[in-house]
Amino acid sequence: MSNNPFPLSRAELLQAYRTMRTIRDFEERLHVEFAKGDIPGFVHLYAGEEACAAGIMTHLTDVDRIASTHRGHGHCIAKGVDVAEMMAEIYGKSSGACRGKGGSMHIADLAKGMMGANGILGAGAPLICGAALAAKFRGDGGVGVTFFGDGASNQGTVLESMNLAAVWNLPVIFVVENNGYAESTSVDYATAVDSYVDRASGFGVPGVTVDGTDFFAVHEAAGEIIRRAREGGGPALLECKMIRFFGHFEGDAQTYKAKGENERNRETRDCLKLFAARVTDAGVLAAADLALVDREVAALIDDAVAAAKGAPLPLPAELLTDVYASY
Amino acid sequence: MARKISVKQAINEALDLEMRRDPSVILLGEDIVGGAGAPGEIDAWGGVLGVTKGLDAKHPGRLLDTPLSESAYIGAAIGAAACGMRPVAELMFLDFMGVCFDQILNQAAKFKYMFGGKARTPVVIRAMVGAGFRAAAQHSQMLTPIFTHVPGLKVVCPSNAYDAKGLLIQSIRDDDPVIFCEHKNLYGHEADVPAESYAIPLGEANVVREGRDVTIVSYGLTVHRALEAAARLAREGIEAEVIDLRTLSPIDWDTVIESVEATGRLVVVDEANPRCSIACDVAAYVAQHAFGALKAAPQMVTAPHTPVPFSPVLEDIYVPSADAIAAAAGRICARARAA
Repeated sequence: MSNNPFPLSRAELLQAYRTMRTIRDFEERLHVEFAKGDIPGFVHLYAGEEACAAGIMTHLTDVDRIASTHRGHGHCIAKGVDVAEMMAEIYGKSSGACRGKGGSMHIADLAKGMMGANGILGAGAPLICGAALAAKFRGDGGVGVTFFGDGASNQGTVLESMNLAAVWNLPVIFVVENNGYAESTSVDYATAVDSYVDRASGFGVPGVTVDGTDFFAVHEAAGEIIRRAREGGGPALLECKMIRFFGHFEGDAQTYKAKGENERNRETRDCLKLFAARVTDAGVLAAADLALVDREVAALIDDAVAAAKGAPLPLPAELLTDVYASY
Repeated sequence: MARKISVKQAINEALDLEMRRDPSVILLGEDIVGGAGAPGEIDAWGGVLGVTKGLDAKHPGRLLDTPLSESAYIGAAIGAAACGMRPVAELMFLDFMGVCFDQILNQAAKFKYMFGGKARTPVVIRAMVGAGFRAAAQHSQMLTPIFTHVPGLKVVCPSNAYDAKGLLIQSIRDDDPVIFCEHKNLYGHEADVPAESYAIPLGEANVVREGRDVTIVSYGLTVHRALEAAARLAREGIEAEVIDLRTLSPIDWDTVIESVEATGRLVVVDEANPRCSIACDVAAYVAQHAFGALKAAPQMVTAPHTPVPFSPVLEDIYVPSADAIAAAAGRICARARAA
């Protein structure tokens, strides 16, 4: 185990695996718990897309900000938001990350640089330009990363923001998480260009497309454009082609997908399996190392679910708190 | 030291003073410098009506001209606010808010509540409102009620230079998103304004004229029409109390209710379209909370329920006039006298 062909140390690789495993277990567990009926509202699962969040966030610290999407659990976890607080939030409990005011679609933790999941498609792009602008004014070297899907990539806000980021030379990374479906509509139908990189280049923003199920591909490409942005090189776009294991939302029958598509994807394009094979084949991590992480994460998720279920509901008076700072 | 300056100068002075005091205050907007990158022409405009003129030279690098791209730059102002800056964004005409309303309605207004109190978005969005410039239906609207309807936003609309300066300074210091509405027909209006910095709290109405017979509530340009009406009414022996709300959210219900309880009569004057307006809001609130004190039905004097017309003869009758206000007040006072 002395020769490590990866650009990450054993500890970093274990951490990356832990992040992806935490997202996967969090999501798989939500899928089960949601079906039981005691989670309110909409839940959009990220499972299958873990390599993208982990590959990018490995390069970020709390000084860097991200603006997420309605499918934001993976981004939150990878950015360091507390998993138990996230779970409680999704259950609508007062111990939640947002005291039960936000729910699955609006989890935020500003102290961690997580500016919020967002129920409005494409809304994170202008916000992250502001975060990057603030970083530039402060000179703290921070970058902003905004995530959006292949669907939201067609929103004017995203395109306007690319222009603004280019005009102001902002340290912004635009990440297209292209899972092939805008809700139920195929990307081939809804987006006329073949490559989002071509579209970004129209705004003077360079870009790169990677296999979003390959942690190492995402990690390498993200590292380069994030470094460039930190050094004043301006915005860039990263398109991650990836797989959404579940439907658009929980309860979605996925009739728009091909027969056997989910099963095939889980078999051949599971980013966790691919990662595990790479690191164990190279002899850098042993299967037992990963199995230990699996057990620890399983316990963490069990605890988070139990704590969330047992947590108190918000008091009626909390309805009126935090509308204004002062009134 | 007070001297007479215009509303436009008062706003410029408030921005200048707050930028001196707090390095996190930055200004963003279309043409607010005068054309970033345009050779030779630095600070040529200072915004479409010149409100920010001269500030770029005083605060180099802190005024950012933007592309014509309201969603992007209003959103960027909100994002920067969430990350510790205090941006003041100029939306030019409030009529343009349709282009970027998501960023105001669903982002700025919601962050604090939705994120359980963890987020602050101390952004000020300055914009021109109101009719009177022959600018027709897309550059003349009084859209204050739309923003007042949204929880999480503060809405300010000064009627004079003294208030404009003090309210803008407070708005910049406020931790919540503020929609700061500047009536374009008041920019030239002058008043005594101290040169030094001062803040007027949001949510405190101003009793601009005291009277015992009828309460006239308004804000913005029509406060001046209400005062004109009150002067006329006084000659007929009717003493009108005139309240300038100054801020619509939060709104100073106490001052309104206290006044109506003393006079027993209410006229609300609102330049906005009448349906779901500030006029309705005040009339309904008073009817609910001071019904017993009312000697007559509350009266609403508003613009008609139409877009703003272009032709000067039509536009001049669009904004509530002193005549209409005096007539409404006179009507309910006369009815009371007759009874």
